[in-house]
Formats: sequence, structure tokens, C-alpha cells
Amino acid sequence: MNDMTPPTPEEREARLQGMGCKRKRVEDVRFTQGRGQYVDDLKLPGMLFGDFVRSTYAHARIRKIDASKALAMPGVKAVLTAADLKPLNLHYMPTLAGDVQAVLADEKVLFQGQEIAFVIAEDRYVAADAIELVEVEYEELAPLVDPFQAMADDAPLLREDIKDKLVGAHGPRKHHNHIFEWKIGDEAGTNAAFETADVTIKEMLSYHRTHPSPLETCQCVASMDKIRGELTLWGTFQAPHVIRTVASMLAGIPEHKVHVIAPDIGGGFGNKVGAYPGYICAVVASIVLGVPVKWVEDRMENLSATSFARDYHMTTELAATKDGTITAMRVHVLADHGAFDACADPSKWPAGFMNICTGSYDIPVAHLAVDGVYTNKAPGGVAYRCSFRVTEAVYAIERAIEILAQKLGMDSAELRMKNFIKAEQFPYNSALGWEYDSGDYHTAMRKALDAVGYDSLRAEQREKRAAFARGETREIMGVGLSFFTEIVGAGPTRNCDILGIGMFDSAEIRIHPTGGVIARMGTKSQGQGHETTYAQIIATELGIPADDIMIEEGNTDTAPYGLGTYGSRSTPVAGAATAVAARKIKAKAQMIAAHMLEVHHDDVEFDIDGFRLKGSPESRKSMKEIVWAAYNQPPPNMEPGLEAVSYYDPPNMTYPFGAYVCVMDIDVDTGVYKVRRFYALDDCGTRINPMIIEGQVHGGLTEAFAVAMGQEIRYDEQGNVMGASFMDFFLPTAVETPVWETDHTVTPSPHHPIGAKGVGESPHVGGVPCFSNAVNDAFAFLGSTHIQMPHDHWRIWKAARALGA
Amino acid sequence: MSKVHIELTVNGKTHEALVEPRTLLIHYLREDLGLTGAHIGCETGHCGACTVDIDGMSVKSCTMFAAQANGADILTIEGVAAPDGTLHALQEGFREMHGLQCGYCTPGMIVRAHRLLQENPRPTEAEIRAGISGNLCRCTGYQNIVKSIQYAAAKLAGEPFKEAAE
Repeated sequence: MNDMTPPTPEEREARLQGMGCKRKRVEDVRFTQGRGQYVDDLKLPGMLFGDFVRSTYAHARIRKIDASKALAMPGVKAVLTAADLKPLNLHYMPTLAGDVQAVLADEKVLFQGQEIAFVIAEDRYVAADAIELVEVEYEELAPLVDPFQAMADDAPLLREDIKDKLVGAHGPRKHHNHIFEWKIGDEAGTNAAFETADVTIKEMLSYHRTHPSPLETCQCVASMDKIRGELTLWGTFQAPHVIRTVASMLAGIPEHKVHVIAPDIGGGFGNKVGAYPGYICAVVASIVLGVPVKWVEDRMENLSATSFARDYHMTTELAATKDGTITAMRVHVLADHGAFDACADPSKWPAGFMNICTGSYDIPVAHLAVDGVYTNKAPGGVAYRCSFRVTEAVYAIERAIEILAQKLGMDSAELRMKNFIKAEQFPYNSALGWEYDSGDYHTAMRKALDAVGYDSLRAEQREKRAAFARGETREIMGVGLSFFTEIVGAGPTRNCDILGIGMFDSAEIRIHPTGGVIARMGTKSQGQGHETTYAQIIATELGIPADDIMIEEGNTDTAPYGLGTYGSRSTPVAGAATAVAARKIKAKAQMIAAHMLEVHHDDVEFDIDGFRLKGSPESRKSMKEIVWAAYNQPPPNMEPGLEAVSYYDPPNMTYPFGAYVCVMDIDVDTGVYKVRRFYALDDCGTRINPMIIEGQVHGGLTEAFAVAMGQEIRYDEQGNVMGASFMDFFLPTAVETPVWETDHTVTPSPHHPIGAKGVGESPHVGGVPCFSNAVNDAFAFLGSTHIQMPHDHWRIWKAARALGA
Repeated sequence: MSKVHIELTVNGKTHEALVEPRTLLIHYLREDLGLTGAHIGCETGHCGACTVDIDGMSVKSCTMFAAQANGADILTIEGVAAPDGTLHALQEGFREMHGLQCGYCTPGMIVRAHRLLQENPRPTEAEIRAGISGNLCRCTGYQNIVKSIQYAAAKLAGEPFKEAAE
């Protein structure tokens, strides 16, 4: 080939590695060589190590704490208790949900594993020894474990600190263990629809307590420089700027003197959104002792004390006509929040976006009521790989629709098709107040059903059931369907905030004279590959190769303020900010290009990697030339330089959707199941990097598989947390994990600058009901309407026994 | 606490140290030698994030004491690439096949796969899945990790990599 041959437009496009290409990840170069930089890798001179003394009881009064033996141990520097934090007004901290949470237990412990004292020692071994020497004298109190007993007349009083508070952050409290009641929708209209319905169903659907359990636990290093009056806090923070604001408010250090840095994070899944006692204690210890203090929780602490997920008990009802048109939905949720309401939801949403529970269906009227209660369990309620409570909502509607289909004697795929919101109804206003941006559910569902050969699967199932009835086999077959609509990208500042800060997000792009780019966002990757994908957005928008663009997140001194990464909000919000900032730069580049070509700026147009004169494409300036000119020969009256920042306030949420199918075989004599096939079709709008999307779907499905099929944080009657180690807590290995088939349709978001919707959490949200529906579908012919999750072998076996299989 | 003298080889380099008898090998590697590639994920031997190779075996380094590694020849993720910096076929495979996301399990996973491919140079998918079942990953769902290892196996055998049809 002649070297002088100019590259074709396709070659120029490919060189950018912009949106839509399977760009290999930038992050992998360091991670595959063991050169990631995680919090526990940090080692500072003189650094001490903190560890917690934790409650052995679920509910007890603390009579006495004696730390003298621990303090006498060589290497122990200090022991903090509530008594030390009280004068600083730090023994309680505000939660995102408008409650307070004890940092160190004040007179009472309210869950097993609760933080009582913080021991600071020379190293982690000495700290671990010393916590054993702190003597705590307890007076045991009656534990409250069952949320259904929380509001009984004789239920023990848990929160003595707020016993006189009759109105909580979200309205009146009905009982001393009641947190809030949240109601939404047309109650009278819904009740009326149920009274006149041909067919109704009602089922209590429990979504059990579980935990995000990223492989790296929560950890931090706090370092107070007393001379400068500056605090530096490294930590596993999904939302580093919010942590900075909270740290500033609590420590009384001006925000510009608080430097929060989130380095590489080993998975988050919602676990690393909130502020935990460990962070506060490490900061206080560093302020008191004047040296850096590291806190790293172990796995048992992570699972038993740091933020559970779910624990929603959803009494779900649907009303329909005889021919299967859904006429109304009514849901009551009993939400077990544990000892403190530490849910990580936007402030105005005590039950998150549970009101997306009408799902993908055109349901004319609905009502939702949620009662939150306290129990003697760990606080939390985080969005484990889902937008706030969306997985609970989708579980409710997708189980309910199966139960309704069963009652109607109708195929559940047909029932879904009949009730889907139609493509022409978008933007669609749901009965519970959301405006769905775009969707084409019928097309997605049809594609999924065709892909798996749905009719043949049902025919096979009929044959197997007949063979089972004849006693020829002990294996039954389930076909699980789910069709979900997510609501992600929180969110518009008019209705979404955290601690009063609107949930915008941000991007700042700075182009250096020779064409290299540094861009910073207010989000923080925990494995999602932001360093790769944000660069792809900029590459396409600006015509600069992605390899010349460095993405940096997590340093609050350099990155613009943002609300962080959770709820699949990075692409919908910070991704939008990235595109908007890039377009500001592009507009300036157009002026510069026009000046260089000595024409009016309307006479030039963008062309892959530069600007060209309209009608005369050989007259062009590459972005490289334009960037250099921006610093050296800007047009008269134009500032030199080429950079922009955008704080993007999204006009609406985005609504990714998908259709999943699971085929499962179950041995009724052992409860052992086999996922024969799992097909996942996702529509996340415009696709930035198909390789990363597929990886996100694989990972989300695997977490959904875990949750549906066994992953649980369980308590015994005394409030002892059962299974808070990987011995008992189900994390599937490569052997149990099914093979995933992925597929997609593309329905761009009409309001997002590049049409992207976000995908990270969809597979979890859609996956859990799909697995559960497969198990339930397998047993439906034996007269079962609902079997509660998690569906481990033992519980499946028990269900089979109970059904006389 | 009285200390124990140990001498061991890590990534081809000899180290001598005095360690407390109770010091876990993972802490010695991470904190004394500064080899922070291997991670701690569970402390109970389940997750495998701390996996290193000791005398030809995959070992979870949070389940043994540094003192027990006296005389051992250890390979960690930092020693997997060639001395000139050329990446190992597994490191290349994990990137090519998107076999990692957050990167936390990756060092242990690659070191385990490194041993697996020496035990069984052309493993089937089922053998790979069984072979890495001591290493947990929370992000990838394993499917692309399996492909990454298949990619490396093919490359090490000098054969073209063919992705199995799904």
C-alpha cells in the first residue's frame, strides 16, 4: 500500500475507538499485572490501624465498658467509645434516609455486630488482640427479629433515642418501632377497581435480606494534618464528593480542606455508597492522634454490619378482566430496615423508586403503601446492583403477573403481550407517577420468545409433566420469564437529592496543546470500566482517539462535584455531562477551524476527526491542528485554551428494559436444579461499548442467580446473624454459574444527549424474578402459586415435599 | 513476640526476614515486600483473591503463615509477566476476552490459571470451571474468565483461538 493513500473515513473512524466499538479496557493493563491501587494497598508513615469491638447481642443495654486491659497492651494507642464521641457530638451520625445511626453504641446495642468501641493500635494484629481485651458488660433485652411483630402492642422499644419523636423524616410514626408510611397512587380508585374486577390475585411476596458483598470490603485511611488543618481521606467510596461534604459537616473542617480520594475499588454494588462508623472513627482517631489511621473491615463485619439489601415483604394484588386485561394493582410493603434507617435512597424517596412496581404494563390505576419498621438487625437497605428498590418492584410485578396468568389459565407470555405499554404510548405516564421515556416492549419480547423457541419449550414441559404424572420421571421443568423496566439515572434535581444536594453529575474535559486529553467526572468506577467508556464518548464527539484521552475519577480536589456511581447513573447522568462538555469544546473548535480556513463558522462541518469546508471536503482542519491553534492562534477576541465543564441535571430518568428467559430442570427428590438455558435481551438505548455491556450483563445475571437461588443474610430468633462468612453466604463459583446468552434491541432515550440509558443493574433486576419464576413455574402444575426465595436445594426440596411431589 | 527467621524466593528474588510466627503469608507479601497484587477478600479461604503459587501449587496465602513459607519458591502476580515486561498469554487473554472488571480477584485468578495450564495445558470448559472454583469473582460471571483462559491455552500451544459457539 502506498503510504500516501489517505485513510478512508472508515479507517479514520476506527482509529478513534469511539462509541459502539468493543474497545479493550484501559484499566486492565494495571489490573492484570497486580498494579491496581486499592485502599488497603496504601501504607503511610506512622500509620495506625483501627478495629471494632462489636456487640455479641442483638438487643442489650450496655452496663459498662472497661478498656483498661486493652489500653495496657503494648502497641495500643487509644480506645474510643461513645463517651469519647459524645462531647464532639459524633456518637450519632445522620443517615441518608433522614434518621440517625449510632457511630459507637450509646448505652444500648441494637443489632449483633454493632460497633461499640474502636481500638487503635500499631498494626492490625495488635488491634485484633486488643479488641478481645475490651470488656463489655451487657444486660440482655428481648430481641425483635420478625418485622411482622415490630408494631405489635407488646413489641420491645428499640430506639430509645427517638422514642418521643412522633414525626419522622417522612411523616408521622404509628408505633415506637415504626419509621415511616409512604403512600402513593389513587387509593379509592384502586379499591373501586378491585371491587368490580372479574379476577383478582393476592400474594405475599418476600424479597429476603441479602448483601452486596463486593470482594473488597469497606475500608479507609484518614490522615489529619493538624498544622495545615487539612484532612485527607482515602476510601472505598462510590460517591466520594458526598463523602467529602459529610466529612466536612461532621468534622467541622471546611470542605476545601477535606481531600477525599477514592482509588481503585474492588466492586461496590451499592455497598460503598453510604458513610459507615468505621469512616467516622478513623477520622476522629486521626484527628485525636495526629497520625494516619487505617480501617479495614473483615468479611464477617462486612456481611453482618455494613449495609444489607432488600428485606421487603410485599403483599401484591392484581385485578383483571376475564380475558386478561389488568385493571388495577395494589401493593403493601412491610420494609424491615433494621436498627437504624440507613437506606441509601434519594432524600424524598423513603422506599426508593418502589413505585415503578406497575412494571412494563399499562395499568390504569394503582396504589402503593410502604411501612418501614425497626428490628434488631443491621441497618442498611442499600440498592444492591439496582436503582433504589427497583429490583423489589420488578420482583413484585413479575411474580404477580405469573400468578395472575396461572389463575386466568392463560400463558404468561401472552398475558404480558396483552398488557404491555405499546411503543406508540411513549412517553408514557404510569399510574404511580413516572414518565417512561421510550420503549418497544412487544418487539423485545417477541425476539426473546423466538430466540428460545418458546412454544417448543412449553410443549416439552407439557410432555414432561405428563411423564411425571405417569411416574416415569422425577424431574420437572420450569420456564421462567421476566420482562422488566428499570428506572435509572437519578436524577432530576427537582425530585432527587442526597442530603439536599441535587443529583446532577459532571464532567470536565481539558485538551492539552498537543492533543492529549484529561477528563474528570463526578462518578467513580468500581469495575464498570469508566476509564474506557467515557473516553469513547469523547472520542466520537470530538474526533480525538480514545487512546489519547485519560479519564480520572475519585479525587475530589481535581474532579468536578458529582453524586457518584450507583443506580446505573454514570452513563445516564455523567455520560450525558461528558457529551455536553465535549459539545461545548466542539463548538469552540468549529469557530477556530472556520478562522483557520478563513470562512464563516456556519460554512464548516464536523467530519469524524476534524472540520471541513461544506461542499469542499478537501479543505479541512484536523482536530490536532485545531487544538494546537486554540493555544497559539485563537481567533481575535477568543480566549485561548480548549476545555469545558458540564454539570448535567437530567430532565428525566432513563428506562432501560429487557426480556429474560430461564429454562430450569429440577429433581424433586433432591431439590437439585440445573439451569439449562438462560437468555437475556437487554435494551439500554445507545450502546457505548458492547463488550463492556455484555460483561455487565454476565455479572449482573450471576449476582441475580446468587440472590434468587440462595444468597441470604438470615437471623435466628435471638437475632444472631447466621451465615456471615463465605462458608455460608452463597457466592456462586464458576462451577454453579450458568452459561449466559445475551442479546439486545436498541431504543435510544429521547432526552439523553447520546441516547444511552445505562445497563449495569438491569441484569440483576430482571434476573432475580426470572430465576424465581422458573422455579415457581416448575411447581405450578402441582397447585403451588408462590414459593418464597431464596430457592436453594433444601428449600426446593421442602417445597416439593409440601406439594406432595 | 519472638520472631522467626525465614528465607524464601519470591518472583525469582531471594528475601530474608524475621517475622512473627503468626504473620500470615499474605500480610508478609503485601506489607513487608510491598507486593500488593494479591488481595484479601474473606479470611476464610473461600475467595482466592490471595492466591499465589508456592513450589508448583496454587495456595491461598491468607491460610498459611509466612514462617511456613521458609525455603519456598513463590510466584505472585507481579512475577507473571516476562522480565522484559512482555505480558503473559493469560494477562493478554484476560484483557482480550474481558475477563475482569473491578480487578480485585484478577491477580489470584490469573495466578491460579497459570498453574492450571501447567497441570492441564488444554483444559475443557468444564475443567477450567472446576479448576478455578476456588477463586470467586463478583463481577464477571466467569464466562469471560473461561474464555480468557482458553485464549491463553491456545496461544501457549501456538494455535489460533476459536471462541466456542454459544
